[in-house]
Amino acid sequence: MQFSECVFATRFNITRRDLEAYLAEALAQGGDYADLYFEYLATSSISIDESIVKSAAQGVSLGVGVRVIAGERTGYAYSDDLSPEKIRKAARVAACIAAGPAKVDKIDLNDGRRHNLYPVLISPTETEFSERVKLVKRADAAARAYDPRIFQVQAAYADNLRIVMIASSDGVLTLDRQPLARLSVAALARQDGGPPQRGHAGGGGRVELSFFLNEKTPEYFAREAAREAVVMLDAVEAPAGESVVVLGPGWPGILLHEAIGHGLEADFNRKGVSAFSGRIGQKVASELCTVVDDGTIAGRRGSLNVDDEGNPTQRNVLIENGVLRGYLQDRLSGSLMNTPSTGSGRRESYAHIPMPRMTNTFMLAGESDPEEIIRSVPKGIYCVNFGGGQVDITSGNFVFSASESYLIEDGKLTRPVRNATLIGNGPEALKYVSMVGNDLSLDEGIGVCGKEGQSVPVGVGIPTIRIDRMTVGGTA
Amino acid sequence: MNGNLPELAQDIVRRAVAAGATGAECTIAEGDEFSANVRMRQLESLKEAGSRGAGLRILIGTKTGASYTSDLSREGIELLVKSALELADITSEDPHAGLPDPEELGSISGDLGIYSPEVERLETSVRISAAERCEAAALDADARIFNSEGASFDSHSGRRVFANSLGFAGEYRSSSCSLAVAPVAKDGDSMERDFWYAMARDFAGLEPAEQVGRVAAERALRRLNPVKVDTQRVPVVFDPRTARTLLDNIFEAVHGMSVFRHESFLAEKLGEKVASDDVTVIDDGTIPALFGTSPFDDEGVPSRRTVVIEKGVLKSYLLNTYAARKLGMKTTGNAARGLTGNAGIGHGNLFLEAGELPPQQLLSGIRNGFYVTELMGFGVNIVTGDYSRGAAGLWIRDGELAFAVSEVTIAGNLREMLLGIEAVASDLEFRGAVAAPTLKIGEMTVGGK
Repeated sequence: MQFSECVFATRFNITRRDLEAYLAEALAQGGDYADLYFEYLATSSISIDESIVKSAAQGVSLGVGVRVIAGERTGYAYSDDLSPEKIRKAARVAACIAAGPAKVDKIDLNDGRRHNLYPVLISPTETEFSERVKLVKRADAAARAYDPRIFQVQAAYADNLRIVMIASSDGVLTLDRQPLARLSVAALARQDGGPPQRGHAGGGGRVELSFFLNEKTPEYFAREAAREAVVMLDAVEAPAGESVVVLGPGWPGILLHEAIGHGLEADFNRKGVSAFSGRIGQKVASELCTVVDDGTIAGRRGSLNVDDEGNPTQRNVLIENGVLRGYLQDRLSGSLMNTPSTGSGRRESYAHIPMPRMTNTFMLAGESDPEEIIRSVPKGIYCVNFGGGQVDITSGNFVFSASESYLIEDGKLTRPVRNATLIGNGPEALKYVSMVGNDLSLDEGIGVCGKEGQSVPVGVGIPTIRIDRMTVGGTA
Repeated sequence: MNGNLPELAQDIVRRAVAAGATGAECTIAEGDEFSANVRMRQLESLKEAGSRGAGLRILIGTKTGASYTSDLSREGIELLVKSALELADITSEDPHAGLPDPEELGSISGDLGIYSPEVERLETSVRISAAERCEAAALDADARIFNSEGASFDSHSGRRVFANSLGFAGEYRSSSCSLAVAPVAKDGDSMERDFWYAMARDFAGLEPAEQVGRVAAERALRRLNPVKVDTQRVPVVFDPRTARTLLDNIFEAVHGMSVFRHESFLAEKLGEKVASDDVTVIDDGTIPALFGTSPFDDEGVPSRRTVVIEKGVLKSYLLNTYAARKLGMKTTGNAARGLTGNAGIGHGNLFLEAGELPPQQLLSGIRNGFYVTELMGFGVNIVTGDYSRGAAGLWIRDGELAFAVSEVTIAGNLREMLLGIEAVASDLEFRGAVAAPTLKIGEMTVGGK
């Protein structure tokens, strides 16, 4: 995308000269650095419930956030009105964080570097609504057709198209066009008047609408959701206490997101409040574990051509053969820790201050055969699907909640077990990883990560792994 | 049009009707936010801004469409109306869709004490100073408080306008101030953090900053050197902050949309005993100055007091118009939505009525038990009631808080947990729209070693 073709230039008549002037205004009180984050966001959503398309919504929001950094301090202001007066006012408000004469006299903006990870010609948001509504109808029909015990189905489709323009006082101007779509299905099953059980599934990415027609169809997600609900009808109580845990491939990678990822975000480490603070070079996992955060995988939900500070995303190695290698840096933490940004500065919207965040976080494949991993366990639990997770950065304790799991008895999967939370300690948990499968897969593309009130889309992934010891929060 | 948002909302409704809608409802919200963060006695960030947006939901017969925009120019409004109308083409006929019955519409009169114009006018230095004093009190409380994630002062002033094609037009303003701090304590290799916070509709109503800081420090300190206990079944006492989350669970279970879909363990249980005699749960959107108070809900129906559970018996679900019609009931004035879309369901001030015992007395008589001060994760399944969450807190031995516990889970089923509430303390206070006093549950599984 060229500057001259972007919505900010064509519809709001913003010129490079204007951007340079706004940045100068932001630095007029002596700030060290300033950036402008312009965002134009078009969203749409459709949902079906009881086989009735009950809602469809679309809308547009836009605005600009102005950030000024002075030493360790950040001033931030935003406006949802892109008139010159309002942008100037935001710049003046943000500028107040500094107090002194301007240090920068002239800013020349040049185009920044970026990847081309989602060369989507027509974003889903720009397609006919009649095409998108078919997706939820197909999902509803497929989930109901899966099994007569399915009695409620809800499917929701949502997409957005975000156009961002980031101009920084370092002289870099970056534009990106970020499409995102996802389809999710929830099904309820009931047997002989007994209590209902729920299953869900979903996925998507930075893709064209054809992804849902050719690659991952509504029927695929619908059958997954219905299957999980039906499986859970036979679930028995989960065990309580320490157990061998085998995680299946894909979404169970949420373990890494909670146990490792958050604790390695540089803001917590710069401040010394993370359980991983000062541990670079130390062994924090078994030698079988190599964990990366990679924002450069084509079409993935967590991928970005540039982060929300205008830096190209990277593949960052967090743990290499069990040894802690690095943190996820944004500009502020990077500059205070004397290290470059790792392309990890993200924000929810123009109304939010960027901070270090994950993109797609996963463990590299090992050598074990996944079936052999299950066969190796005399007694334990095999978890294939999860709800959300959470971490206490400081103690390092984390949880993640299994929504589909099975008992392993004598190396065989026996009964499904009811929902249970798994709990562990970040710098310790992965030391007990004794087998890593050769079946790395990434999740389907529905993850949302929350931090300090800001939500951003992320991805996770993992091969089948065996953890010799982890606490399972069941009742049996 | 700058000052006259109610007129704009009514105009948008008129335009929608003129363009073919048989029903329309428009929400306009605007707000100003401010936040100051202080960390290790230094100002870390200041943020200040205002924003506004409009949302429209229309009906054509029983088909619906919705749209929103942050662009309130003439061009933006035209697109808003056109966008909502075009979506009605792709949705289905839904016999239960519609606006509230006209006689349900209305607003509570009188001053609800939810807006103070002073909040916007507070000096920046006053806001920063509150955060500074709060963090300083935490840092100075004990030598083991060696670090901090910082303290923040946040304020918000907003205005919400709603109009529909049945002639309802209303608006209200609200404001809030809050103060929060997260100190980090260290002792040897043990590092623990906790947080504490205060909230009020105006600055004068805020608890003293020093008090908030001291409580946060105490909470962090008592978590030091935790033990992972053995797996066992014991009585569990929830402190007010964690007891509150049980009210969040109850809210989800009496949420009308979940109820009509049978997606709740409390579906089809009206009139039945679902909790112990000590449990009375009220949703009241009319209590002056509280955080869940408003004159009308997001469909233009007056806020009210609804008894949800009375002495253990399930008395009412929380409903909007749609869920009420699905269930053959009347709305309880609990419609909630952002700017647009079909209304969802929210709560007013949702609380569990205080009992008579002082909180310490809930511990007496417990030889071996768990006092929970923090819960983690999302391990609550409202469909089945299955409950399994990460927890931290203090171990109860012979009626006294003995040592810190962490990296454990607590598990059970909400059905049994609510029936198993053996005691409710007197320490109910509102630090948000949901509140509960200290509670004791007879027995749960603690998962540890």
